[in-house]
Parts: sequence; C-alpha cells; structure tokens
Amino acid sequence: MKFPIFLDNHSTTPMDPRVLETMLPYFCEKFGNAASRNHPFGWEAEEAVETARQQIAKLIHADAKELVFTSGATESDNLAIKGVLEMYKEKGDHIITSATEHRAVLDTAKSLESKKGIKVTYLPVDKYGMVNPDDVRNAITDKTILISIMMANNEIGTINPIKEIGKIAKEKGVLFHCDATQGVGKIPVNVQEMGIDLMAFSAHKIYGPKGVGALYVRKKAPRVRLAPIIDGGGHERGMRSGTLPVPLIVGFGKACELCEQEMPTESVKLAALRDRLQDGIMKHMDEVYLNGHPTQRLPHNLNISFAYVEGESLLMGVKEIALSSGSACTSATLEPSYVLRALGVGSDLAHSSIRFGLGRFNTQDEVDYTAKRIIEIVTKLREMSPLYEMAKEGIDLKSVQWSAH
Amino acid sequence: MAYSEKVVDHFNNPRNMGSFKKDEDGVGTGIVGAPECGDVMKLQIKVQNDTIVDAKFKTFGCGSAIASSSLATEWLKGKTVEEAQQIKNTDIVQELNLPPVKIHCSVLAEDAIKAALNDYKKKAEETK
Repeated sequence: MKFPIFLDNHSTTPMDPRVLETMLPYFCEKFGNAASRNHPFGWEAEEAVETARQQIAKLIHADAKELVFTSGATESDNLAIKGVLEMYKEKGDHIITSATEHRAVLDTAKSLESKKGIKVTYLPVDKYGMVNPDDVRNAITDKTILISIMMANNEIGTINPIKEIGKIAKEKGVLFHCDATQGVGKIPVNVQEMGIDLMAFSAHKIYGPKGVGALYVRKKAPRVRLAPIIDGGGHERGMRSGTLPVPLIVGFGKACELCEQEMPTESVKLAALRDRLQDGIMKHMDEVYLNGHPTQRLPHNLNISFAYVEGESLLMGVKEIALSSGSACTSATLEPSYVLRALGVGSDLAHSSIRFGLGRFNTQDEVDYTAKRIIEIVTKLREMSPLYEMAKEGIDLKSVQWSAH
Repeated sequence: MAYSEKVVDHFNNPRNMGSFKKDEDGVGTGIVGAPECGDVMKLQIKVQNDTIVDAKFKTFGCGSAIASSSLATEWLKGKTVEEAQQIKNTDIVQELNLPPVKIHCSVLAEDAIKAALNDYKKKAEETK
C-alpha cells in the first residue's frame, strides 16, 4: 500500500495516465489556436477540440454543438445563472434553487439577490438531503425564469430526482439548470431524458485535468440563449470568449470517453468498495450515523457522523489518509457544514462528520486499512471525550446547560 | 493547515488524560464549551495544602483544543491555586504556536482553568 491514501475524490481526482498521454502532443507540437482558420496549426487544434466535444457530448447524450467550454464548473454555474437572468430579464426575476447546492450556485444566487434585486427561493431538502419535486412545482410563479437544482450532492452524495424536476420545468415552461459536477462520469446522465436545459460539470472530478469544464446549453426545444459574462473574441458561439485551452479540452474529452466505457464496471466496483467500507466501520461501532440517502446515493460516496468525536481531530489522527470533514474547524467560517444542517443534522453531529470519497484507483486493501484505522482513532478520541464519558454515565447531553462561546 | 510540532505531540501523546471523581476531596472540575460549537473541555485539578498536586483533562474538539488542554494540565501541576490563576491564554498560544483561527482553543483552556479553580474554591468554602 502507498501512503498517504487518497479518499477525497469528491474534491478532485488524480488524472488518469491515459488522459495525460492523450494531452501531451498538444503542448509543444500541436500547439495551434483552435480559432486560427488559415493554417494547419489551427486546423489540427480545431479538429482535436471537435473530437473532444464529441466524446463529452456522447457521455451526456447531447449534441456536440451544445457544449460551451469554461474554466470549470464554478464558471459554468455562474454563466448559466447570470447568463439566463440577464438574457431573460424581461420575462421575470425569480429563480428556484435548493439549500444544499454547491456554493458556486448559492453564492451566485445571493450575489444576484443583493446586486440585481433578483428573487430567490431556496427549497428545503428532506432528512436524506433530497429535493421534493412537488416543492419545485409549488415554488414556480409567473416570474420564475430558472430552476437550478444539483444532480448529486458533493458532501453526502444524495442524488436528486432530476427527471421529475425536468418534467415539471418543461410543463411550466421554466428553464432548468443542473449542477452535475458530482454526477457526470459517475452515474448515467442523459440531458434529453432528464429534461435538462443547462448543465455544469468539470474535468478534474472525472480523472481529467484541472482548469477546464463545460456548460451544456440546449439548442432546441427550447433553444436556450445566454448573455455572456466574459466578452471578447466571440468564441463558443459568443457565449464564452477566450482562446480554448486545447490540451485541457483534449484531456477532458478522453476522460469522458474513459468514463463512458468504464462506468458500468467502475460504478459497481466502487459501490462494492464503498459498502465494504461502510460495513467495516458501522457494523463495528455504536453511535455512528450515516448522512445522506441510504440508496439514492453516488456509488463512491460515504458520509458518517461519529458521535462525541470532533471531525478535525479525527482527521488529525489518521494523517496517512486524505479525507474531508463537515467540522467547522476545517472551514474558514467556523460554522459546521450547511449541507448537513439543512438535513436537520444537529451541529454536534455535523462537527463529527467525515466524508469518504472513493475513486478509480482505490483498492480493497486501502478500504480495509481505512476502516481499521478509523475504528482505532474514534475509540481513542472517545476515551478522550468528556461527552462520551457523560453519555456513558447516562447524562442526557441535550439537557446540559452548556456555556456556548 | 499544518499543525505545530508541539500541537501534534500533545495530540499524539496527551498528558494527564482522564478523570477524577468529581466529589473527591480537593478536586475542582471545570467544564466549558458546547457540543454545538465543536469543542467541550473538562479540566480537573486535585489540590492539597493549596497546591495543585494533580490535574486531568478530557476534551472534545480539534487537535489544537486537545493540545491546549493537555498543556494546561502540565502547567497546573505543582502550582499553587494563586499561581494557577495567572495562566493566560496568550501563554498557551505562544507555547503551542497556535494560528489566529485557533486562538479560541486557548481561550477555552483558560476558561476551563478558571472554572476548575472556582469549583475547587466553592467546594472548599462549603466544607469549611
């Protein structure tokens, strides 16, 4: 086994060596600008970009012409939301999103709220983190111009009922944007069947390079139009100016092709590893709680709260394993995970949560080692925890008058 | 964020981790913080002839909170009750090299020391 073990695949993924291999010629030899129409350097670059566009479009069942390249999913989310609101401002000023969206969506919505007077509805989620399609339907007004709901959550892995939401959006004639950063490449995505009009995703979450993403923009039924947020040479049908990063796009394309080919076996393998990790931890410990949906969940995601143990200290105790926590101490804000809070998980258990994100290159040995080490450290930290001691003495922690600080 | 060597050392080898019986003679107990805030410290001192002869802690919190309370127990041992009052959170910050975002851990440790001392004094008054 090689240390440290990387189990933080929701944050990013290592690049697949096959992706790197495909990219390499496009740095020094085939370095042309894809927008250069008058010489072979440009033609070669353009051809590579078009091949990648096909590969990416195939993975999500879109037409290659419906993709706009961006710097990543954050930019795609910004472009989708700001671009639609600007373009359709005559039609309305209301958007619907959910409480557990990624901050690329939430903060974009908040900024439009404060700067442009846009009205935003933040839908609640159920205890598993799922949006109820009926809530979407009920929130639509005659001023609603966009629904933005994520495909799968980056912390808890819960998969939203996208198809149902897409259907409601069509019925009501409202555009539907989906942040699918955690879904694309991991679960089957079909923008036609799902009724998605705009969709953000990125390469580095699917074993591709960092610095490139895409926004799917539907071309027919309906034809979606966007006001650009970056002006310039009019690249990407005027929606996103700037010279295309050809090597990154080539890598993005290859990464999508590999995902498309390997998803049927890979998702089964990852789900089996995840279940093994889950059982390896949860069947051997008391007072551990699964966060997120028990079944409608990304195959590689596991999020567990370990009562009476603070998340950051847990991570510190397993330094040889790269993980992430919903604890406040790992964030700059000192607030625990807003995603877990939206599920109704108490602040105490939110501070105690650990996210495990499995990936293509993880092995069973790594999973078994991780389960063993997590049990060891949780046991050690509980011995050190005054809360565990009080709970064992039969004191109801909820009844204690704490000195909040 | 990287931890200072001293924080890591206290985290891996906590000093004086454990509990005294709260009703034992000469024992003062301080519990500060809240689970919702992500840290709770329990600090206990055992006093004989006005001198702290032993100290123990249990902490729910990040590595810096654990290290701050572990360090506090080391510093408390051998001090008189009066001397223990003088321990300041800034001393802990300096000794452990805590970054600004972790200063609240040292404040909590100082609060825990004060709470334990007060509890001891209150009990001593009552038994007089």
